Amino acid sequence: MKETFLIFEKSKPGRKGYSLPECDVPKQDLSLLLGEHSLRTVSPNLPEVSELDAVRHYTKLSSRNHGVDSGFYPLGSCTMKYNPKMNEVVAAFDGFSKLHPYQNESSTQGALELMYSLSEMLAEITGMDQMSLQPSAGAHGELSGLMIIKAYHRNRNDFKRTKIIVPDSAHGTNPASSAVAGFQTIEVKSDANGEVDIECLRGIMNEEVAGLMLTNPNTLGLFETNILEIAEIVHEKGGLLYYDGANLNAVMGIARPGDMGFDVVHLNLHKTFSTPHGGGGPGSGPVGVKEFLAPFLPVPIIIKKDQGYHLDYDRQLSIGKIKAFYGNFGVMVKAYAYILSMGAEGLKKVSETAVLNANYIAAKLKDLYYLPYDRLCMHECVLSGIRQMKSGVSTLDIAKRLLDFGYHPPTIYFPLIVHEALMIEPTECESLETLDEFIEVMRAIALEAETDPNMVKGAPYTTVVSRLDEALAARKPVLKWKKDLEND
Amino acid sequence: MIIADEMKYTKTHEWVKTDGIKCYVGLTDYAQIHLGQIVFVDLPEVGDELGAGDQFAEVESVKAVSEVYTPVSGTVEAINEELLDNPAALNDDAYSSWLVLIEMTDAAETESLMSPAEYNELCEKLDEEAVH
Repeated sequence: MKETFLIFEKSKPGRKGYSLPECDVPKQDLSLLLGEHSLRTVSPNLPEVSELDAVRHYTKLSSRNHGVDSGFYPLGSCTMKYNPKMNEVVAAFDGFSKLHPYQNESSTQGALELMYSLSEMLAEITGMDQMSLQPSAGAHGELSGLMIIKAYHRNRNDFKRTKIIVPDSAHGTNPASSAVAGFQTIEVKSDANGEVDIECLRGIMNEEVAGLMLTNPNTLGLFETNILEIAEIVHEKGGLLYYDGANLNAVMGIARPGDMGFDVVHLNLHKTFSTPHGGGGPGSGPVGVKEFLAPFLPVPIIIKKDQGYHLDYDRQLSIGKIKAFYGNFGVMVKAYAYILSMGAEGLKKVSETAVLNANYIAAKLKDLYYLPYDRLCMHECVLSGIRQMKSGVSTLDIAKRLLDFGYHPPTIYFPLIVHEALMIEPTECESLETLDEFIEVMRAIALEAETDPNMVKGAPYTTVVSRLDEALAARKPVLKWKKDLEND
Repeated sequence: MIIADEMKYTKTHEWVKTDGIKCYVGLTDYAQIHLGQIVFVDLPEVGDELGAGDQFAEVESVKAVSEVYTPVSGTVEAINEELLDNPAALNDDAYSSWLVLIEMTDAAETESLMSPAEYNELCEKLDEEAVH
């Protein structure tokens, strides 16, 4: 049965999940102990259910969550890779999980060493000189990186740089971070190959531009082959290059942002480095810089001294503190465990397999789904549902139909420069069989769009709730259930 | 897709309909089809001064937020307040759902805009480009 009751709706007056013994100490008057003003006068309206009701309710809810543990999750731009359970075991070690943030440095040397080593590893992977593990997720890393860029320009008394260039294919967080950091965002167009339009960039790059934010490979899953020229154009006019590390999973051990000319990078440990992503987070968005920007990194920075590791707050040019304490430490432990278990060769293999899997899907689907940029892609491929539009079936319908087959749909309608975009990122974790099954379903849906379009347009059918009214949900969201007290 | 005969069109998918020195500006049917279900419309204030090419409104659909540009200069004389409460009207009938009424400073600015036939050609070309 497709049951969608809330626990409140299952409530029956007087039903309980506990039984307490008779009170064997003298009862005290609460109003005397706490004061009349502290006591509520109306019932808190909590649900009244048995223990079994509560257990069944939440067990059922938990089974309605889709995650990588339950099925294929090819959400483009998100790198929903498997999170090895060993990482969780390691992060739960008492020595890590029971630390207190105010503990004395001498008693936390192991944790500090882990953070120091992780920073060194991430710096090596990205080709940067120094990292900060402080930012709590990707967009927070972007903001920190942009604040570093701003601090750098201001420190050399250059106050005219008020703009940040962002490609028209960029992640929405890029222009948002730029705005939050107090910059004006200007857009650089993509060319016919889906890469940054070099002439357009030349036209808008000037001495008012603080920097360019770029993802490489970009959001079309394509490698920016002109990256060295791009870097030269930006650097020539005094701007800096910011690397959005969202797509690092495509190039680990193969190419490094630092060697491409990037000055600042952020990484998403919850994407590339296999820590849980989404509701299961939290995330972690370390930011790395070249040597000349290191003084501006947020505090604290972990430094290694003869007598051990030390949290350094004494950094005059630092942008300051951007997160309470030291970042999301548990996530760092998991990423550290992942890097050590993969090794350098393993990480390279991760990227190679991720790229192979994406190209396999593109090659197997491009006869039925339009592939706007028909060239080798990196870790994700961007198809379009535009051919299916002719029979009235939109990309949204295709995504909804995928739910009936137990898949989390790919990212849709992004990047914005591709009509009816379907952005598929399989990651390196999936077997050939899983990819083949998914391809078969995608092909069946394309066929169905022609022969029985209404079937696709009415999907999903097998989920707990059928097609939701997204417009109504955006306009008049019902964010909480309220008990109808009048009928009580 | 519908292209109304009595309008003139822009490359950025706005339509204009003139009445002397006054001019209604809206979004085309082609635009609403591609945007999908529209959930919010943000309009300027009455009295705002606009220059040709200025962004004057934002339209948010379930897919994305898009900017709307005016092809003519002038003063905003009225806004279609009904759209603020019922943005889906843009999906229902793009040509009766005007966004703003502008009192033009230079009525000649509408002369260079596209005719329905020219706009139709542009839309067909765009659809073709999208799959090639």
